[in-house]
Amino acid sequence: MADKVEISLNINGRDYSATVEPRKTLADVIRDDCHQTGTHLGCEHGVCGACTVLIDGEPVRSCLMFGIQAQGKKIRTVEGLADGDRLHPLQQAFTDNHALQCGYCTPGFLMLATGVLEANPDIGDEELNDALASNLCRCTGYQNIIKAVREARDKMKSA
Amino acid sequence: MATQRNDMLGHLGDSVNRLEDPPLISGRARFVGDVNFPDQLHMRVVRSPIAHGLIKGIDIAAAKALPGVVAVWTSDDIADIPPIDFREGSNPQLALFRQYALARERVRYVGDPVAAVFAEDAYIAEDAAELVELDLEPLPVLVNADDPPQDFKDGQTTEAAVVEQGYGDIEKSFAEAYKIVEVDVKVGRHSGVPLECRGSVGRYDAARDVLEMHGAAKVPHRNRETLCRMLNRPASGVHLYEGHTGGGFGIRGELYPEDVLVCVAAMRLDRPVKWIEDRQEHLTAANQSRQQRHKIRAAVAEDGEVVAIDDELWLDQGGYIRTHGTRVANMTTGTLPGPYRIPNYRSVCHFCLTNKTPAATYRSPGRFESTFVRERLMDAIAEEMGMSRLAVRRRNLIALEEMPWGRDLDVLGDSVEHDPGDYEGLLDKTLEAYGYDAIEKELAERRANGELVGAGVSMFFEKSGLGPTDGSKIYVDVTGHVEVVTGGASIGQGFETAMAQIAAETLGTDYRRIKVVHGRTDRIEYGVGAHASRATVLTGTAVYETALQVRAKALDMAADLLQTPADRLTITDGVVHPEGNPSGPSVTLGEVAEALAPASKARGKRDPFLMGEAFFHIDHQTYPYGLHIAVVKVDPDTGGVDIERYIIGYDIGRAINPAMVDGQLVGGLAQGIGGTLFEEFAYDADGQPLAVTFADYLMPTLQELPKPEILLTEDFPSIRTPLGIKGAGEAGITGASAAIASAIDAAIGVPGAVTQTPVTPQRLKKILDARG
Repeated sequence: MADKVEISLNINGRDYSATVEPRKTLADVIRDDCHQTGTHLGCEHGVCGACTVLIDGEPVRSCLMFGIQAQGKKIRTVEGLADGDRLHPLQQAFTDNHALQCGYCTPGFLMLATGVLEANPDIGDEELNDALASNLCRCTGYQNIIKAVREARDKMKSA
Repeated sequence: MATQRNDMLGHLGDSVNRLEDPPLISGRARFVGDVNFPDQLHMRVVRSPIAHGLIKGIDIAAAKALPGVVAVWTSDDIADIPPIDFREGSNPQLALFRQYALARERVRYVGDPVAAVFAEDAYIAEDAAELVELDLEPLPVLVNADDPPQDFKDGQTTEAAVVEQGYGDIEKSFAEAYKIVEVDVKVGRHSGVPLECRGSVGRYDAARDVLEMHGAAKVPHRNRETLCRMLNRPASGVHLYEGHTGGGFGIRGELYPEDVLVCVAAMRLDRPVKWIEDRQEHLTAANQSRQQRHKIRAAVAEDGEVVAIDDELWLDQGGYIRTHGTRVANMTTGTLPGPYRIPNYRSVCHFCLTNKTPAATYRSPGRFESTFVRERLMDAIAEEMGMSRLAVRRRNLIALEEMPWGRDLDVLGDSVEHDPGDYEGLLDKTLEAYGYDAIEKELAERRANGELVGAGVSMFFEKSGLGPTDGSKIYVDVTGHVEVVTGGASIGQGFETAMAQIAAETLGTDYRRIKVVHGRTDRIEYGVGAHASRATVLTGTAVYETALQVRAKALDMAADLLQTPADRLTITDGVVHPEGNPSGPSVTLGEVAEALAPASKARGKRDPFLMGEAFFHIDHQTYPYGLHIAVVKVDPDTGGVDIERYIIGYDIGRAINPAMVDGQLVGGLAQGIGGTLFEEFAYDADGQPLAVTFADYLMPTLQELPKPEILLTEDFPSIRTPLGIKGAGEAGITGASAAIASAIDAAIGVPGAVTQTPVTPQRLKKILDARG
């Protein structure tokens, strides 16, 4: 076990400082030290994508990174999606289309989709499917997730 | 039904947005991993690395010496804690096979807990666990349930029980049979694998002398009973709390060794203890399911009537018998005849322990397996008799005029009695709705052009609404907000929304004004939780009965307040008003509640509060029914299967929220496809698990799944519930492997080719290669 180090993370525009072991994963630092528990852990080996956050706009598996590696970067999590009481179009589309059941994978899907749609607002259905296939959901069978993300894409484009 | 429909408010039958969603989409939910208490310890379990062995010694010195470690336990430290008991109470015949929280004398599967480390931090606990040294002497390993049994302990063999069910005259039926058709088929080992791993937090509050377990799910009240028995504590001194639950599917929420450990440790170490499972642990420690081999034969008459079925099966139970006892064996043998008459029947299940992770229920337990086996047999009969696959089924389906159809079979303590339903009618409707004849015609043309494409149909009956009883309490406060307290559980299925819709419709208020409590043993004394597609049927009907009571009380009080007879009043959007005159004199439900306050003079002799409590008892479970149709394309080079279309026909009786029913069917199907084509807990000859990460245990992504087409009918509301509700939780998965197997047979032109699931590309390639 190495000595703890002090790190500073910027999450949803707010700075957090934490004293952690260098080996502590970004997901654990976000959850345990910054108390943003909306980011979930589903496998801790980079397959399921439940822990997806945006780092400088890119969807990233926060279980595969150390907290210390995210210093100086802009981290975005599900807690930062809504604008006050106004839901992000993706959040609204998820509830409108019954795109979640247990909701455990939902933050990861929301952040993945946010990153994908921000990078490519005109993304086609097929390409979108390819992107969304990188995360796992065990409840919904994905059909309503696809529907919700397409709806949000169309709304965000026309907004 | 007796109540008015409030169309504007989104009640029964409306696909309203779920009450559950706001915290879940905003990152404000509280799953067990998010539960923290000051001064808590973190537990890490040390698990057996071998499948079977004698425990010669456990050296904990190095682990204990690590800074930050508070305690390290082996079974000696909890020698007074009995093994985990069965949910339904003690069972002397099976008692020997129960699992202790920490293994004693022997380890029986890879993943068997042998020691527990308690430390200040989860990382330290994991470091320390790696320092625990195990001295294990390997013993012979039993990997297959159909191999000869070995000694388990004290002269008892690993064949823990033989579960037999049946009726009629098997010998005579086979002696007189026109044809005997036999198949030998296997269902692979897989499981629910919810996206959130398990976890629990134990906390002992000495000030109140209450032991709390957070992270409960599925059956909190039943687990409290078991914990009270095991720890010799009063019910008032043990409370379980269900927070958000990241998927259940039958496997989460049973009482596991880790749950017992955090509870005992919280009391003995006098600090809260948190345990969060990691995925590798989950894939060897949480209940697995399904693995069965059936040798099954049918006695068939000249016209295709299946006169008798005689089945022998081996169920692979794994290392111990957990909370379910032999329930999966019971459900398999009790439901195997399915939607067909089968006048003579026998099924004998060898319930056998092996050196693998213990098995128990997974969504549609017993029916997923028995439907695959029975429908494989029906296909084989069709082939042998020269009949079409559909014709054999039509010949044997129970007819509407014959309903309700009773059988001398037991399913979870209930004698099977099919509710009225038109099995053949639903088949016709579904085939017609999606143009099945045209589908078959097109597939035949494509096959003629060399493509490996085909369709398969499976039929099944489901069981739902496991009784016998459930209750609820409803309380309306002076602001007109409603609290519905249930003994149900929310595992992602939309329980809160369904209960709120039922209460809202009955009471005459907005479902968004209703808060639903579940999974809390401190709020209601009794509850059966969420399993067996029962929550909406049983708890929902209890909520309905309770809401009727509260409605009657509200109208009675309002009659005084409005000087109008109660039978001329109704309630709309939380306002009591004269029937047919919404703008007439009125009072709100909140004002009625105020009039019923304990100190209110207006109350008169009525009991205080606008509240009610009622139970609903059901005579038999409800038995919904349906069919699956799969259209597949097989890749001759890889053995891969592409599901081109998937159709489900299902009679739900009455849908409370059709979007949520649809979600259950689509989600269930996704798991069914996973278990049919990809997911498998394979083990090598030494009992080493071969699927311990998501790189080996392959769950479908959206690329592997079709967009199902669903015909949801409400033709036959259940005669056993006043709202006609039947369950929805399992019908999406039940028929999947059977339909896909049949479609693959058709696609490759080899009847009976699929004898084992999952049909992985490797297995199918072998079949294709043998076909030449």
